[in-house]
Amino acid sequence: MVTIPAFLIVAVVLFGIGTVGVMISRNIIILFMCVELMLNAANLAIIAFSRALNVVDGHVIVFLVLTVAAAEAAVGLAMLITIYRNRETMNIDRFSILKW
Amino acid sequence: MGDEVVALEYEKMIDFTSASINFELIYSEISLLVAAFLILLTAFQRHLARLAPLVALVGIAVSFYFALQQWGNQMSGFFGMITCDDFGTAFKLLFLVVAALTLLIAHRFLIVKRIGSPEFYALLLVSTMGMMVMANTTDLLVMFLGLEIMSVPLYVMAGYARRSLASNEAGIKYFIMGAFASAFLLLGIAFVFGASGTTDLRQIVADYSFIVSNFQNYLYAGAALILIGFGFKIAAVPFHAWVPDVYQGAPTPVTAFFSVGPKAAGFAVMLRVFLFGFEQMGMLTELFWVLAVLTMTVGNVLALRQDNVKRMLAYSSIAHAGYILVALCVGGNDAISAAVFYLLAYAMFNLGAFAVIVLLETRSGCKSDFSELSGLSSSAPYLSAVLALFMFALAGFPPTVGFLGKFYIFSAAIKSGYILLTVIGVMNSFLSVYYYLRIVKTSYFEKFEGTFAPAPYSPAIMVVLFITVIGTLGLGFFPDRVLEFSQSALFAFL
Repeated sequence: MVTIPAFLIVAVVLFGIGTVGVMISRNIIILFMCVELMLNAANLAIIAFSRALNVVDGHVIVFLVLTVAAAEAAVGLAMLITIYRNRETMNIDRFSILKW
Repeated sequence: MGDEVVALEYEKMIDFTSASINFELIYSEISLLVAAFLILLTAFQRHLARLAPLVALVGIAVSFYFALQQWGNQMSGFFGMITCDDFGTAFKLLFLVVAALTLLIAHRFLIVKRIGSPEFYALLLVSTMGMMVMANTTDLLVMFLGLEIMSVPLYVMAGYARRSLASNEAGIKYFIMGAFASAFLLLGIAFVFGASGTTDLRQIVADYSFIVSNFQNYLYAGAALILIGFGFKIAAVPFHAWVPDVYQGAPTPVTAFFSVGPKAAGFAVMLRVFLFGFEQMGMLTELFWVLAVLTMTVGNVLALRQDNVKRMLAYSSIAHAGYILVALCVGGNDAISAAVFYLLAYAMFNLGAFAVIVLLETRSGCKSDFSELSGLSSSAPYLSAVLALFMFALAGFPPTVGFLGKFYIFSAAIKSGYILLTVIGVMNSFLSVYYYLRIVKTSYFEKFEGTFAPAPYSPAIMVVLFITVIGTLGLGFFPDRVLEFSQSALFAFL
């Protein structure tokens, strides 16, 4: 029997990896993946809580969040293609027309 | 707060948790969506596509009518997911006014910059709808969904000038920061859900003492993460780094919308979550105290040294978020209505200032640097007078509504004994005079050197300027009605 804290620790560690990834990664695609990782870490926490509390609300929340994440990814990748067409680079350090 | 009081409040709340699916509650959201889809459907046909701004305006007007119908009519439906109270309705009306003004500002600009495809208006409407969803719920999950409905079109709008590298960059930076912030928010919601077994703030308030005694850590972690998530959205200071870049890079009418709409929506949600849901959480006051002071000071200090007007207004919008955070720190009905009043006033003069900037930017080759404003008073005397008025309002000079907004917030703070906070706020306000008056100085006292065409005439922007000037001065001279409006804009269940 795996207890709730175990799930939570995994979720928080995943979230932390995602956060650090967003901070240090230089490639936008990897950055996107890190953001997805963070969202899914939150999903894992919600599912674990939902199971522990014996309610199904959490499962519904996760479906909604997955939909949102898909919509976000679609928009993000579309913008990525636009920027790649104009600049032919994925390195975030090169996006410095505006001071960062 | 004792258990008895909690129980009493819960009794009062029962009426609100209605299970019925009552579409009346979301007529105004539906009308915006219908208009948006109509625009998308007709976007392929060139002669119909030209009607897009008109369709959008009609949609906004219909939505405004339905929102007005809801005023004073407080109900909850969709299993407690949607709650319409006067607080939410006031914000609905504010968002619709902002959307209409943005549309009028954008129309001419988009055509001149050759990015005038009708989808822009659909995105604007959907984003406005998301804000309305955010303001009209007590459920954390619905707030999250509303936030996403608001943000996803905003990412596209920031990068709307596809061929402009600056706009590309603004879009991608806004996207990354936005998605990053929503992840924090979602984890926060997860922890609050874990602590309380529900996402409805009313339920959380009702069971607060039980939740705190059993799952204090989860609840506090959740509240902190939610604060971080919304801190990004309203650009509070440790989370503000994206603001100047995005504001400078995005097409200027979009920047105007950013600086008012999403900010007001973020504050609507924050007021509801932190002054209603987690009101009994003790340390929040100190936290907001620090956030408010940091946000005001850093925003104002960094604004002093900017050479680009859009970037300067970006930092100024951070500083204004700081003033509203003072209201969040103070709490109570006075502070809530002061915050609503301030957001309304800020929408007026900030949109007005951006309308002038947009009009000037429709001249070819303009990047809205300070130097481009020089000599404006001789080439366009009325326009520069109006710009000066908005700058005085932003700085908070007396006859304008900017002064009243600050006055109400700080008097609420003094009434609750936050003397030091008020002193810091007023000193910040003095500091901001320097950079706002720099615009006035440039346009009145510096010689014109460049070779820009005279500012073009645009009827839509004239309408916007007319409305915002009336708003800035009229509300300043006769604030009673608006004050009454913002004083009744309270949570229905406090």
